Amino acid sequence: MRHIIAVLLENEAGALSRVAGLFSARGYNIESLTVAPTDDPTLSRMTLVTTGNDDVVEQIKKQLNKLIDTVKLLDLSEGPHIEREMMMIKVRAERQDREELKRLTEIFRAKIIDVTDTSYVIELTGASKKLDAFIDAVPEGLIVEVVRSGPTGISRGDKGLAV
Amino acid sequence: MALSEAQPDGADPGRPERRGLELSGAEIVIQALADEGVEFVFGYPGGAVLHIYDALFRQESVKHILVRHEQGASHAADGYARATGKCGVCLVTSGPGATNAVTGIATAYMDSIPMVILTGQVPIPVIGSDAFQEVDTVGITRPCVKHNFLVKDVRDLAMTIRKAFYIATSGRPGPVVVDIPKDVTDPNIKIPYEYPRDIKMRSYNPVLKGHPGQIRKAVDLILQAKRPVFYTGGGVVLGEASSQLTELVRATGFPVTSTLMGLGAYPMTDPQFIGMLGMHGTYEANMAMHETDVLIAIGARFDDRVTGKIEHFCPHAKIIHVDVDPSSISKTVKVHVPIVGQVANVLADMLKLYRELAPAPRSDAPAVADWWAKIAEWQGVDCLRYDRNSAAIKPQFAVETLYKVTDGDLYLTSDVGQHQMFAAQFYPFDKPRRWINSGGLGTMGFGLPAAMGVQLAFPDAQVACISGEASILMCIQELATCLQYGLPIKVILLNNGYMGMVRQWQELFYESRYSNSYVDALPDFVKLAESFGHVGMRVDQPGDLEAAMTEAFAMKNRLVFMDVIVDPTENVYPMIASGKGHHEMHLAPSLSDRELA
Repeated sequence: MRHIIAVLLENEAGALSRVAGLFSARGYNIESLTVAPTDDPTLSRMTLVTTGNDDVVEQIKKQLNKLIDTVKLLDLSEGPHIEREMMMIKVRAERQDREELKRLTEIFRAKIIDVTDTSYVIELTGASKKLDAFIDAVPEGLIVEVVRSGPTGISRGDKGLAV
Repeated sequence: MALSEAQPDGADPGRPERRGLELSGAEIVIQALADEGVEFVFGYPGGAVLHIYDALFRQESVKHILVRHEQGASHAADGYARATGKCGVCLVTSGPGATNAVTGIATAYMDSIPMVILTGQVPIPVIGSDAFQEVDTVGITRPCVKHNFLVKDVRDLAMTIRKAFYIATSGRPGPVVVDIPKDVTDPNIKIPYEYPRDIKMRSYNPVLKGHPGQIRKAVDLILQAKRPVFYTGGGVVLGEASSQLTELVRATGFPVTSTLMGLGAYPMTDPQFIGMLGMHGTYEANMAMHETDVLIAIGARFDDRVTGKIEHFCPHAKIIHVDVDPSSISKTVKVHVPIVGQVANVLADMLKLYRELAPAPRSDAPAVADWWAKIAEWQGVDCLRYDRNSAAIKPQFAVETLYKVTDGDLYLTSDVGQHQMFAAQFYPFDKPRRWINSGGLGTMGFGLPAAMGVQLAFPDAQVACISGEASILMCIQELATCLQYGLPIKVILLNNGYMGMVRQWQELFYESRYSNSYVDALPDFVKLAESFGHVGMRVDQPGDLEAAMTEAFAMKNRLVFMDVIVDPTENVYPMIASGKGHHEMHLAPSLSDRELA
């Protein structure tokens, strides 16, 4: 099963490599990992997507918690949460395809953020599945480049993951 | 007093108030060690740590032990930590100094030994430029430390060292590396020094007490048990929980078995102790594991050498697991009642509750008596029996003789292989911290340097290193260190001319194709010991062994290297082959006609 795990880490040099090293050393799957400092500059927040059966995911969480730099951890998939990923996709936009691409952009509530005579860069934010769907919807052969941030997530409701 | 020239006039050394004290980074390193109460630093100098060595030279409170190879430094610090329960400390230079120490760091990590390793690093401005003797020490050691630090500002130095000691010694202990670039120790940059006493880390709070609800569940299970076993590990030793364990085991009257790492935490000569379990455990301990209905695991981690094939592990048991490290729980074997907490606290709470709840007389007494009868049957197999009439010295006999000569009062370090298993099987330790060996990593070369750490900690105690002719050569250079510091260790070399455990596996699983397990061209160990300034002895007759060993231990001030020529074909039994269950033991061939189960 897919799990999305949020981790508050001390914003120390090497903290990210401890997490990455943990996953490779113990053979855990890692689908994506995003990290950036929070409003408190001494803390980084990491969002990590992994897959595994319940026992493996339980071990992953324990091992993450065991890292000295880990302050707090929350498995967002255990409760209601919101997940967002950002994508920028560069597509070939020749005259005959421009309208179709604009229409797709509207349907997905995406934005065209760069235009040339022959290309668009489209920005799209949403759950990872929506991004997948957009990629599928782009007519074959038009995609030049895809860049995705990897998902980030936050729990619903008034409770926050904070120190 | 350390750094007395920097001490304000009239200040009482040893008192915390050192206002106005200004120290360089190098001096801070040494003063911080002194403030931590460190007695010994095991190390080896080199370019990146020269400032620190200069500060070391100008003080007397921290003693430096000069090893002959950095691996020896990390093993010696480890041996010191295992014997005393205090934090071991080593100091090595950058590059090869650090990489040589890594084997010892990984050894300590696998067995959860508290250690602080100070490594020199190239100056900050050249980090990352492939400078002379530069390696990414933090990167290399990351997977084999509890935590590590790179100090980038001299103002962080004291706090970082304090944190390193705190992390290394609390919770589940482990090694912590502090990597210190040379410019951070610059003798010309002095800053005010005050050693931080109290420490709090928001990201690190080891659990102390076990959850009362879980403890209640555990005691309820214990009270219903009909075929219970205590399975105890190194966590009992590390957690100083030996007396709590002994009290609880005696109160319940249950049998107790131990892992290699836990030996001695419960007195091994006590009738409730049924021997070590696992790959080379006793028949009775492994059969009890297979048949038990309530397994009480204390400070043990269900290592593969203990469990055998997981699918066959304790098939009938409800499992209680007490451990300070939540990630040890249900890692390989799913347990029914997990209890996270300091082992000593949890055991004390369990005992208290057990005494409150246990009816007198115990309602399950007849069931447990039947269980003991079953265990006595298994004990009747006499699984550790060996040929006592052999013309050659049997390694088992050598260990038994060692026990007799030392009267059971010994710190025994070991290398890795057959001799290690024979020692574990035939030397019953009645106290914790007496049996010192590399269990998790299985590091050949550990024994001799570890014994140095033990002997330094306990100069008047009997300390021996049991080894094989293959293992001992891996850190033989430390014989020079032993001479320099007058360490009267007794090296008991069980010399069978083979890498015995490799040879045993090749005999059993590779149709006796002894690929590279024969140690050709061995040195003359007697002359070798003598050339290092020690006493060498060779014994090859069983009848001579006791007298020779007595003579060796009578030399209180000399290191004696006993080259004991043992039967080259002896194997360690019982044995559970990889991928087999506890009930599928091989017994010694002379016993196998009685093989049960």
